Amino acid sequence: MNRSLLSAFIAGLIFGIGLLVSGMANPAKVLGFLDLAGPWDPSLALVMSGAVAVGLIAFNLAGKRQTSLLGDVMRLPTRQDIDKPLVLGSLGFGIGWGLAGFCPGPALVALGAGELKALVFTVAMLSGMAVYELLQRQRPS
Amino acid sequence: MTIDWQAFTPWTSLLGGALIGLAAAAFVLLNGRIAGISGIVGGLLTPKKGDAGWRLAFVGGMITAPLFWLLASSLPVIQIDAGFPMLVVAGLVVGVSTRFGAGCTSGHGVCGISRLSPRSLIATGAFMLSGFATVFIIRHLSGGL
Repeated sequence: MNRSLLSAFIAGLIFGIGLLVSGMANPAKVLGFLDLAGPWDPSLALVMSGAVAVGLIAFNLAGKRQTSLLGDVMRLPTRQDIDKPLVLGSLGFGIGWGLAGFCPGPALVALGAGELKALVFTVAMLSGMAVYELLQRQRPS
Repeated sequence: MTIDWQAFTPWTSLLGGALIGLAAAAFVLLNGRIAGISGIVGGLLTPKKGDAGWRLAFVGGMITAPLFWLLASSLPVIQIDAGFPMLVVAGLVVGVSTRFGAGCTSGHGVCGISRLSPRSLIATGAFMLSGFATVFIIRHLSGGL
């Protein structure tokens, strides 16, 4: 097996384990964070803090490199502009997130845990992404 | 605001978060890529030559995480209260808007904030805000949909 593929698999695996450990694969817990007016569960803020604490170091190191440790091109985003799709898309994402408590990562993990409802969400999410691709094709930017 | 001390899991959440950060760290340092789930999955819909393998490998790792977990312990609770129609709407909205917004909780929330990217800081603020508002409307104004 190609080393890059293996490391991608392991990164996905650790990511998924992290979601399970942190409780974020459980939509009810995510909604407990998003419900500021109810009995509030701050856990998600600590998940983000733990992830960013490690991430700050890693991305600082990555930003100084031209290639990855496996020799791949370092592909870090370069855009700095705040445009309408970014803001409206993110606002829209928050609405969808709040409706069921699922964002893409936890949905994949819950799917792997055999949850039928996660399968339904994931298929709908893929359909939504396909709609985006069709819209992009109609209006080439 | 009242904190739900029964539900709050500071230590496992910090630890799980650090694992998520470690995964993102490994992915950027070894593969040179951002661990943004919506982007990784979305890119599979318009596959380009040589670009699908790593995406499938990453997604495969995420989906099989519960299976590896089961080797050591029983799975934690996954409670999905939303009904099927709501899940379909939520999935569609998340799918379209994460692609327009170029990221979700992982790409913007974890990786973007770690890069101190202005776009990701704005995006994370925006989806947190609308997430809070949506749950407030559903749970406290509409009496639960």
